Amino acid sequence: MVNFIVEDNDGNRQPVEAPDDMGFSLMEILKASDYPVLATCGGMALCATCHVEILEGKDGLGDATDAELDQLENLPEYFPTSRLACQIRISDVLEGAVIKLRGEDVV
Amino acid sequence: MIHTDICIIGAGPVGLFAVFEAGLLKMRCHLIDALPQVGGQLSEIYPQKPIYDIPGYPEVKAQELVDNLMEQIKPFSPTFTLGERVDHLDKQEDGSFVVTTSDKTHIHAKVIVIAGGLGCFEPRKPVLENLDAFEGKGITYMVKNPETFRDKKVVLAGGGDSALDWTIFLSNVAQKVTLVHRNETFRGAPDSAAKVFDLANQGKIDLILSANLKEVGGNGKLNSVTLEDKSKAEIKIDTDYLIPLFGLSPKLGPIADWGLSIDKNAIEVDTRDYSTGVERIYAIGDINTYPGKLKLILCGFHEAAIMMHSAFKYVYPDQKLSFKYTTVNGVNSF
Repeated sequence: MVNFIVEDNDGNRQPVEAPDDMGFSLMEILKASDYPVLATCGGMALCATCHVEILEGKDGLGDATDAELDQLENLPEYFPTSRLACQIRISDVLEGAVIKLRGEDVV
Repeated sequence: MIHTDICIIGAGPVGLFAVFEAGLLKMRCHLIDALPQVGGQLSEIYPQKPIYDIPGYPEVKAQELVDNLMEQIKPFSPTFTLGERVDHLDKQEDGSFVVTTSDKTHIHAKVIVIAGGLGCFEPRKPVLENLDAFEGKGITYMVKNPETFRDKKVVLAGGGDSALDWTIFLSNVAQKVTLVHRNETFRGAPDSAAKVFDLANQGKIDLILSANLKEVGGNGKLNSVTLEDKSKAEIKIDTDYLIPLFGLSPKLGPIADWGLSIDKNAIEVDTRDYSTGVERIYAIGDINTYPGKLKLILCGFHEAAIMMHSAFKYVYPDQKLSFKYTTVNGVNSF
């Protein structure tokens, strides 16, 4: 299992535990944890509704891919450590990371 | 006023297939969608992506599936209102409904089917103070009629394909076009990006890179946009219009106010016929929820078939529904 911290749109931080051996993406774990992530495209890096900012622990994750950058660039606002949660595999590199939700309001 | 048997809100794959199931029962359909084209997220988000779980198709591209569905429902002559959002739903004395869209199109129907997927795709808006105050008064999120901008001053913001394409197009229409982009380069189509740089070099447009929208100003109507560049310096531009182009994002929208039971942005339905808690309103496809729900196109197709058989009693209250196979009866167009 991997443990990391999720900061919601109101700034509240909660620990989240996720299995690192089942091929889940961070987007899937956020949805399963009832965070308001739309994930319109289902995880194809085609909609940017699972936009997150990596506040801590970016080093192990690497940079956003071209497909992610194409989507992020369309958003009104993004950040140097912005990623799409659907493109981040749950693995031990997420241990201790702090992830801030940046997707727009669901309603 | 448009009159129909069944008004389907949402022209994605499930809404389209619902027309077929209705047609087999001789019920006419009118479809409404906020997007300017049919197909919902298949056409809007991933037209070229292959789908592997449509029965009978080992692999089919999303747009191809939409095209095939349009072909399949042709015998039943569906009618469409596209590019308009459903704003109001008014129940009539006889139990039927009148639907009113954002452009004041009225549709009278005996049955309402919500096949709205994740909601209607609405433009993403930049976070700016007073943005609302100038919406429709100089700020617009799509170019519906380019002539609106003839001989006007226009600022476009964004770096995607639509920002590039509209900049190129409006450079021949507007008096002055300014494109604002937060980066130094564009990730959109290289040809379009090259054309935009050419237009800027020829002085036909103003291209302001590495800058963000900071403020909008005006007096009842927009007359200026203030940008902030990399060095935090402010640039004020006099303009008649601002067109922010930051893509689309789905929102549940006015559906949330129709008295339906909603759980986590989905409409709760009775799985016997996918009816909502309001008589004559059904919800099918990704927008509904029930125990065991799977958001799959094929599940939406199944829901459409069951739901139309249930709706028959409202369209033909004096007739008995008899179930028929297409292999026996064929497809009888109207």
